[in-house]
Amino acid sequence: MSRYDRQIKLTDVGPDGQAKLRNAKVLIVGVGGLGCPAAMYLAGAGVGKIGLMDHDKVDMSNLHRQVLFQETDVGRPKAVVAKERLEKQNSDVAFEVYEEPLTIENAENIIKQYDIVLDGTDNFETKYLINDACILTDKPWVFASIYKNEGQLSVFNYKNGPTYRCVFPKSTRQNISCEATGVLGVLPGILGTLQAAEVLKIILGAGEVLTGKLKLINMMQGSEQTININKRPEEIEKIRKHGIAPVYIDCDLKNKEQWYLDVREVFEQPKPKGKKVLSIPMGDLTSRYQEIPNNQEVFVFCQSGKRSKNAIEILKNEFGFHNLKNVEGGIETIIDG
Amino acid sequence: MTVTIKYFGLVAEAAEKFEEVMELHGAITASELKTQCLNGLAIADKDSVQIAVNQNLDDTITLKDGDEVALLPPFAGG
Repeated sequence: MSRYDRQIKLTDVGPDGQAKLRNAKVLIVGVGGLGCPAAMYLAGAGVGKIGLMDHDKVDMSNLHRQVLFQETDVGRPKAVVAKERLEKQNSDVAFEVYEEPLTIENAENIIKQYDIVLDGTDNFETKYLINDACILTDKPWVFASIYKNEGQLSVFNYKNGPTYRCVFPKSTRQNISCEATGVLGVLPGILGTLQAAEVLKIILGAGEVLTGKLKLINMMQGSEQTININKRPEEIEKIRKHGIAPVYIDCDLKNKEQWYLDVREVFEQPKPKGKKVLSIPMGDLTSRYQEIPNNQEVFVFCQSGKRSKNAIEILKNEFGFHNLKNVEGGIETIIDG
Repeated sequence: MTVTIKYFGLVAEAAEKFEEVMELHGAITASELKTQCLNGLAIADKDSVQIAVNQNLDDTITLKDGDEVALLPPFAGG
């Protein structure tokens, strides 16, 4: 009996639908709480090629929701472990592993090799990146995100439909991950499974694809709502014209008269604005220390307060700075707003 | 007139409720109501919160009796 017999029996699938699944290529960006269940159902359904992209390693704290991983996998690359596990589930499927983050440089080139992108990411930067790259390569993507007990779901850029920027034109620095807020494993399980369902509907050309709509789910309340979204053609046109718009998340610092020294790497976010904010990454301190004022108090910060503490030690011991003060709690404690 | 306001994500958390019915006087747009609702709430980036009126994303509309307004912040988790 065929492995796919039970789904081929459905009129929405049939032998033709199964052939469509076998010819389909789906890229999963982020093999975490959303990506794991999605990958399992897509592999089970016999999607021909699945790309598994994740640069992270399995952590013990992932296991309650990232259902592809086991205790013995802790410390191993998620994308590699996922491939090994899924190959045992269905050897018909070709898996491609990407142990690297999606970046402005690689996004279009990787995405154009697939039919659909499934978003399993946990940050706004990558969501906007997927969105823009999908606009430029003309691919639909299935979005989901969660916050504590709530989830959002939609299909973007499907047959010229609305995109993520049509819902959220402005990016935000409130990048709050599951690590920070906590989450019950079942919630990404539900959302990731719904994402897989949208992918299957797109491939099969069956049912109603969730395009032009944002579905909101509150697992604890047991409530659901669907919001209609319209296209903002100007947002899409901007990307078509100028290419991927990198998300630089800026912010203001509380005291505009105060000198600050940001010792984080240049890509770290958010980026404070202001004339009195110096950005010198740790590695450049010894070559650029002369840019730092030494006659007035300078607050030194990084993401958490640890690197900035080390930076102050270096600047004090090697270059004689005595006017530096560490921002103990990191950048979040000095942002205005 | 009365409108029902639905809160989501960190907005619901800051407001400490998922829903409230509000009595309003005079003409007010969805965007103005949002400013009023978020005023005083500990939300760092209020611009990112989107507004839906009767399940349609729109912040320019002038509200009428019986409208349902949803305040939607973006979620990042996965």
